[in-house]
Amino acid sequence: MDNDLSPQDKKDLDKFIKFFALKTVQVIVQARLGEKICSSSSSSPTGSDWFNLAIKDIPEVTHEAKKALAGQLPGIGRSMCVEISLKTSEGDSMELETWCLEMNEKCDKDIKVSYTVYNRLSLLLKSLLAITRVTPAYKLSRKQGHDYVILYRIYFGEVQLAGLGEGFQTVRVGLVGTPTGTITLSCAYRTNLAFMSTRATGEEDGVGYPGVEDSQEVCTTSFSTSPPTQMVLPGKEGGVPLMPPQPCHGTQAEHGRVSSCPPADPGHHLSGSPSTGEDAETLSRSGEAKTACRPEALETTFTRKVGAFVNKPSTQVTTTGLDLPFAAFAPRALNSEENDPMVHPPESPTTASPLHGSLHSQDSVDSAGQTQDDFVMVDFKPAFSKDDLLPMDLGTFYREFQNPPQLSSLSIDVSAQSMAEDLDSLPEKLAIYEKNIDEFDAFVDTLQ
Amino acid sequence: MNCRSEVLEVSVEGRQVDEAMLALLHTILLHRSTGKFHYKKEGTYSIGTVGTQDIDCDFIDFTFVRVSSEELDRAIRKAVGEFKEALSNSGSDGMGQISLEFYQKKKSRWPFSDECIPWEVWSIKVNVVNLANEQERQICREKVGEKLGEKVINIVEVISRHEYLPKMPTQSEVDNVFDTSLKDVQPYLYKITYQITDSLGTSVSTTMRRLIKDTLAL
Repeated sequence: MDNDLSPQDKKDLDKFIKFFALKTVQVIVQARLGEKICSSSSSSPTGSDWFNLAIKDIPEVTHEAKKALAGQLPGIGRSMCVEISLKTSEGDSMELETWCLEMNEKCDKDIKVSYTVYNRLSLLLKSLLAITRVTPAYKLSRKQGHDYVILYRIYFGEVQLAGLGEGFQTVRVGLVGTPTGTITLSCAYRTNLAFMSTRATGEEDGVGYPGVEDSQEVCTTSFSTSPPTQMVLPGKEGGVPLMPPQPCHGTQAEHGRVSSCPPADPGHHLSGSPSTGEDAETLSRSGEAKTACRPEALETTFTRKVGAFVNKPSTQVTTTGLDLPFAAFAPRALNSEENDPMVHPPESPTTASPLHGSLHSQDSVDSAGQTQDDFVMVDFKPAFSKDDLLPMDLGTFYREFQNPPQLSSLSIDVSAQSMAEDLDSLPEKLAIYEKNIDEFDAFVDTLQ
Repeated sequence: MNCRSEVLEVSVEGRQVDEAMLALLHTILLHRSTGKFHYKKEGTYSIGTVGTQDIDCDFIDFTFVRVSSEELDRAIRKAVGEFKEALSNSGSDGMGQISLEFYQKKKSRWPFSDECIPWEVWSIKVNVVNLANEQERQICREKVGEKLGEKVINIVEVISRHEYLPKMPTQSEVDNVFDTSLKDVQPYLYKITYQITDSLGTSVSTTMRRLIKDTLAL
């Protein structure tokens, strides 16, 4: 299959594929760090930016990627995968997406390696940059912090998608044909965000926020007739057999979090040690007492708002009549004894904040095991209120206030008409002002 | 050579128009820009580096990636601003279309001006909706965010087909293929035009052509 490829081209192609794989991992992991990524353009080529894109290299990530590749290259039947998962402060974890860099057998013999393949790989990296901001895990990763963190795992070999739950979706980022096969990059992401409370033992902390150092491999940016410049490639080269995903080492006990890892656990191998410059807040969750293990997304707990000294309510009605946002997610009251304000003081209600996240479907993170089949009528009886002279009580007022009518000044038609009228009347107004110009001048003089 | 044409449609609220257009236009330009070319002797050239940055939208639950170039961003914002103004002045039910066209120049003899031959046209059809209350606006934020995500996937899918791209030019021809006026990146030659549809949906009460890059100045 490689007969038609010159040795130089073969060497270049392998180099491109290797650095493409490393850059792919960098882009994916950086997109899940929870921060906005920014790099600057430079018109003069420095010779160190692969694929003509300013993608920083986080050393730990490169180290992990090289460790997973173990000297091999992605090839037919040997895929490189980056798995992104979410882990709550209570230890529950869930796989969110798996990015797969694969190769199939369809070859494009006529394509020019040092030029067309290189440029198409650059285009594919740009597509990856765009797509990593679009999958659901992006929004989750931007909000990580107190309640949960996002972790990554790199592995090499067969793609494993079983952890993504049922109904996962796939998006293809792109493909690039080469003389030895077609490189494809795709992402499979979970759609069913119902939380599984499987505790993964011995998990270590994953993506730290390591300091970004500019330690880049030298790469080529020259084109046309001159072949790419020779490179210095530190690291493992050839001859190392493929190793299965490494079991976690269990030696990292940073920031008070102890991880005891059974040696046979094939589970998540997470990233290497974070650098010293790391944000300590994100890792010291073990010290925080968090009652809720749900992500920040939606808190939809309705408690009964019953005024003090009011008699114990005896009936339960559904909330479907209410036009409150996310009323359908109000949990069922267990029994009236538990909700009796005399016995248990009412908690301050936490209403759903529509500003939180876009995960409408994701709300069954519920360690208490409450079901959400029945609905509870939340009766707005503000404390100390009574039926006043006004027929309207506070609750009704509040409900009506939710849907105010449109401001008349905001409707376009009205403003467009008045604008036209204004324009028509301008000449007349100008004429009047010109006539009275002396008066205006006198007025201005009095001001000075 | 046939010009490839792609159409994207979005429905947004009035204040989301700017960001939605910026998101899609910048996503396309990200893929259609390279680093600055530096020609060396014997026909070789090297390419500068393109940086990227994440932009969060204020009125839409969405983040997009654009090339790090203030000049390019200013040019696109100007075009989108004019489109938005035309949409609001139209007084109709707020439908319009903004087009991003990539073209090549073909030199002609005097007195004929250079020909512009488009090779890829992206048209974004916009439908502006009016919403009654805050609740609907919040839902719209999220829905439009999801829709823009789908459009980005569409754009990437078209790009990944690797269909016709102009040949890499020699030094003398580079201005016929690329816009070399920016100092940090080099997009393919492009122009942005827009049309506002009147309420009957027929072609246009106002057609205005705006050449953002006046590369035809002769």
